[in-house]
Amino acid sequence: MPINSKVKLVENVLEKAKLEQAPTRKGYGEGLLAAGEANEKVVALCADLTESTQMHLFAKKFPGRFIEMGVAEQNMATVAAGLANYGKIPFISSYAMFSPGRNWEQIRTTICYNEVPVKIAGSHAGVSVGPDGATHQAVEDIALMRPIPNMAVINPCDANEAKKATIAAVGINGPVYLRFAREKTPVFTTPETNFEIGKAEIFFDSGGSPSQGSGRLSLDVAIIACGPLVHNAILAAADLEKEGLKIRVVNNHTIKPMDEKTIIEAAKDAGAVVTVEEHQVHGGMGSAVAEVLAKNFPVPMEFVGVQNRFGESGTPEELIERFGMGVSHIKDAVKRVLTRK
Amino acid sequence: MPHLHEEKIKFLEEKANQIRQSIIEMLVEAGSGHTAGPLGMADVFTAFYFHILNHDPKNPFWEERDRLILSNGHICPVRYAAMAHAGYFPLEELKTLRKFGTRLQGHPERERLPGVETTSGPLGSGLGQAAGYAYAARMDKKSFRVYCFMSDGEQDAGNTWEAAMFAGKYKLNNLIALIDRNNIQIDGMTEDIMPLEPLRDKYESFGWHVLEINGHDFEEIVNAVEEAKAIYEKPTVIISHNIPGKGIKEIEFDYKWHGIAPNKEQAAKFLAELRTLGGKIKSEHQ
Repeated sequence: MPINSKVKLVENVLEKAKLEQAPTRKGYGEGLLAAGEANEKVVALCADLTESTQMHLFAKKFPGRFIEMGVAEQNMATVAAGLANYGKIPFISSYAMFSPGRNWEQIRTTICYNEVPVKIAGSHAGVSVGPDGATHQAVEDIALMRPIPNMAVINPCDANEAKKATIAAVGINGPVYLRFAREKTPVFTTPETNFEIGKAEIFFDSGGSPSQGSGRLSLDVAIIACGPLVHNAILAAADLEKEGLKIRVVNNHTIKPMDEKTIIEAAKDAGAVVTVEEHQVHGGMGSAVAEVLAKNFPVPMEFVGVQNRFGESGTPEELIERFGMGVSHIKDAVKRVLTRK
Repeated sequence: MPHLHEEKIKFLEEKANQIRQSIIEMLVEAGSGHTAGPLGMADVFTAFYFHILNHDPKNPFWEERDRLILSNGHICPVRYAAMAHAGYFPLEELKTLRKFGTRLQGHPERERLPGVETTSGPLGSGLGQAAGYAYAARMDKKSFRVYCFMSDGEQDAGNTWEAAMFAGKYKLNNLIALIDRNNIQIDGMTEDIMPLEPLRDKYESFGWHVLEINGHDFEEIVNAVEEAKAIYEKPTVIISHNIPGKGIKEIEFDYKWHGIAPNKEQAAKFLAELRTLGGKIKSEHQ
């Protein structure tokens, strides 16, 4: 079984229909509650979306530490900056389209440049938001947050990882952007799966060790993915393995600071890389991987993601297919990149 | 009402004059920066740093200090000058304004210079930060006050009114805002660019206690803050009617001086004007 047993994924990870389904935002809500219980400095601010961003768990338990901001994301960022400047650890929640979509400059200046530890939780990221349509489908948010100095950027792959990432964000003495999705997606990691900010994990590896001095690579292609699409990447890799291809899937949840070592090793072992993310291919996780590889170990790359378009209404499944991020699209990208090796 | 002794007023007037001289000296050395706003707010900053604020220049991180959040960061020369005169750092350092490696950045940076409280410059984001600070302080039952100085131009910004609504909702009585109502902004007069009046009515309708003062009268400045401290059920905003460029006749009321610095000849003339109190006395420098 090429599933990396060390990371302790669920046993039936390849049987999508049998897996528990939960949205990553749910993991955020649980993680925030746990973070609030562990640290009384944690406070929560929401822009009129308390339940859908899953902040209601925290708000109910700690009403004195929950602040309703109304539909005012710019002010939410600045008020959080003030709270953090005093010494609190604020989490701010809205849809990613509005925070960090609408309040970018406030985040840059009053949070990041000011060096205060505000945690920005953007839910409803990606086209899988579904019927609400393109206005509410943030597919540019990683690109917005990634270039700001002092900012960490994390896109968890399932609800369990989302909970861990939220709790871990409190331990970072600085701003963090946490990216979550609206829709239920497979829960395929377990509470025991290792999670460390800045440490990518190999979830799947069908490559053997190349014989010494053979000059052969141990892998055909490395797939580097983030967010719930990591599961699609694993399914694609399992299919490709049956076709005789050796694939590694890396869960690259921390887009900044990126685990360069693991990324460069994957490129060296495979000689070709496919990135997978529910985000514009311009400026997202794939672009960040390309920056690392262009400098350290350039290999042919393909980018699975939204190709310079706005989203639209539909079911999450329909939209993932429509925008080319399904299992079949990942397999196609692997085959394309192989022709360029 | 509290009353300032004549001696204290004289002391504050002399300090304000020294701070204005420092502003001109800094700006001519820097070669760029804002002139009208800092001169217009010199009296307010003097009143705060030399009478109102509960602070310790030798201990800028003292937990119980009053916090002064400067929202319109571009008038930082007056803050830097007031801080230096108050003893936060040596007066000579003022000459480094806007230069490479300086702690006195073109717009204030919190991590570089202890005492500036927050990084600022982009307009409209100071009141929200001050409100957040005040909210946190109230959560922890702290007794210090949070002051927020804003420009009138940044009353154009939506974030300012989001913050005003927030502070009104949560009745942040430990927050006292002060608007530098000098009627100018970069492109012209505020009422031509984007009318703000009736400004008092706007803040009152947002749940604020509103006071209006002559920002060049120390007694009015001090009395307004004392009254604001006594208001327990809402935040207070002091609309401070200021003369942009106050103290130098050529600059006063002229919006063209908003964003430029004096050259050497102008600076020499302006400094002479300040040192002679507009020709009333002889300067030892003449």
